[in-house]
Amino acid sequence: MQLRFSSALIVTIISGILMPGTTVAADADFSLSGFAAADLRVFPRDRRYDDQREQTFNPSMVLQPELTVELHGGDDLISFTPYGRIDGQDSERSHFDVRELSWLHIGDGWDVTAGVDKVYWGVTESRHLVDIINQTDGVEDVDGEEKLGQPMINLGLQQDWGDVNLFVLPYFRERTFTGRNGRLRGSTPVDNDQSTYDSRLKQRHPDIALRYSGVIDEWDIGIAHFYGTGREPRFKTGTDSSGQSVLVPHYDIINQTSLDIQATFDAWLLKSEMIYRSGQGKDFAAISAGFEYTFFGLVGEAGDLGVLAEYHYDGRDSTAPLTGFDNDLFAGLRLTLNDVNDTDFLVGILVDRITQSRSLSVEVDTRLSDNLTLDGQLRISDGLTEKDPAFGARSDNHLQLRLSYYY
Amino acid sequence: MKTHTLLRAALFAALSFTTLTAVQAETDRAAKGLEIATEWDRRDLGFGDTHAKMNMVLENRNADQSTRSMRMKILEVPDSNEGDKSLVIFDTPRDVKGTAFLTWAHILDPDDQWLYLPALKRVKRISSKNKSGPFVGSEFAYEDMSAQELKKYTYLWLRNETCGDLECFVVEQKPTYKNSGYTKMIVWYDSSEYRQQKIDYYDRKDDLLKTLTFADFRQHLNKYWRSYDMRMVNHQTGKKTQLLFTSIDFQTGLKKSEFTKNGIKRAR
Repeated sequence: MQLRFSSALIVTIISGILMPGTTVAADADFSLSGFAAADLRVFPRDRRYDDQREQTFNPSMVLQPELTVELHGGDDLISFTPYGRIDGQDSERSHFDVRELSWLHIGDGWDVTAGVDKVYWGVTESRHLVDIINQTDGVEDVDGEEKLGQPMINLGLQQDWGDVNLFVLPYFRERTFTGRNGRLRGSTPVDNDQSTYDSRLKQRHPDIALRYSGVIDEWDIGIAHFYGTGREPRFKTGTDSSGQSVLVPHYDIINQTSLDIQATFDAWLLKSEMIYRSGQGKDFAAISAGFEYTFFGLVGEAGDLGVLAEYHYDGRDSTAPLTGFDNDLFAGLRLTLNDVNDTDFLVGILVDRITQSRSLSVEVDTRLSDNLTLDGQLRISDGLTEKDPAFGARSDNHLQLRLSYYY
Repeated sequence: MKTHTLLRAALFAALSFTTLTAVQAETDRAAKGLEIATEWDRRDLGFGDTHAKMNMVLENRNADQSTRSMRMKILEVPDSNEGDKSLVIFDTPRDVKGTAFLTWAHILDPDDQWLYLPALKRVKRISSKNKSGPFVGSEFAYEDMSAQELKKYTYLWLRNETCGDLECFVVEQKPTYKNSGYTKMIVWYDSSEYRQQKIDYYDRKDDLLKTLTFADFRQHLNKYWRSYDMRMVNHQTGKKTQLLFTSIDFQTGLKKSEFTKNGIKRAR
């Protein structure tokens, strides 16, 4: 189990929420919900490294309760969402996290969030370029969509011309990586215990971000700037306490300016995300752009078929962290049945235009009963080269099934 | 020859007169239809905002039922050239708890719609072209759930007839907006309070598709009537959806900032 979370910080947040003199009002509205899930990962191919466990069948358990307390008629909201996974085969993947522990106060035209929270920015489907507030929980899934809770103060102003949010991020979360025993890792495992930083304040370097987001007719626009510890680490080689070679993450101080735009015309969604980053080797820019077109009611009684295509270009050189999206094309199909069980399918393929490597992803989810859902993911790659960050995990095609009980 | 010409002239005159009276009658019926709908619209002006709690019961051909509970907030936009803003927040099924759906209705332009997915904390702008698509797998289409604005239809009064214990105006309404799944709707308005009592929906082939009946009317603020029991039956598939309201509160002080793209992240 790893529990690398500052307990002092949690105490500060809790005492901040339950301010002295504040008694829990009689109108407090408690609600407990959440889910418990049984996961099964299947790796049909043999392990590549001797110190990995075979993990042909890799079961694990996930728990995520959510407690909310509404106060003052909904003007104040306290949310607590712990998250835990128990994986008997990879001790690094067994982990606990606080996804959310926050106090939200809603004013008229402004709000403020203090505590641990999750914030999503962006519009594209196959890469999340501008999304930077939360660190990726890398042991959860390879798609980068699972995030760790981020301590923050987030002040939001809502105006007729759009919203402005100012983020102060007092504590940095390190990315999680699969352990030595686990599948889906590089040839050399990552040792988080030796992480280094540009800032002598290390994880306590206060990061800040400012974002404008607005809607102008068919256009949804987001402009943001981030200054602080970059969420993507670079790696140096090193050895751990037992003398085995490891990769040691180094976290740089970066400046990143980003723009994300979506235009919604009829059944067309046109999307683009762009960043300009400095602080990791040479300055670079990156762009993702594409579309989603939906044929409504095309399949069965009322099913929609969406066609997606996105292009990714990233101008970084070898002095910056390696990316799998340097010059890649994504094509996908999304099938939404619009049935009682909310059944969805998403099939996508990402092709590297230089190395011709291909990664296929199939995602399915449906509801089995009022409380049970089933979802599955299949991830297969082919032709990966050393230029691809997933090269070390090229034997790790896998199927992942999840049965979730929601309450 | 002369008689023939005369006859033709007489015939022409008679025909023109018939056409004219027919046109005149049509114009009168359109005017009467619009008058009824205008009165229906006028009686709902100034409601401000509503916050409703409801259960949606979906039933298939085999009478298997599934229920979803949700809340709907509506903010009146006084400008008659703009539609109202609405927010639907789901409570059950549990896996979609917290999912929120925001609509800025427009009269003739496509609506603006956003979907909030709480698991990712992501707000997605979605296409509103799918007006005829099912709302969360129910027999209600998106266009049935969105605000009915006066200028979204043309009107034609058909007849008066009794509807239960009441007298009703029967009005044919044709959508003026694009991408509707309907060629027309036949709407029964009661003559005492101008409430919609029943709607027949006709599909793009002009066949009867669905019937919506309204029951359990309750009056709010001594003025505004709301049905607490709406039943939609699909005649072509045999499926049904019942919308049962547990409460509707008026003028609860909803703020404009709740009905924004970022506001839906904190929707409760």
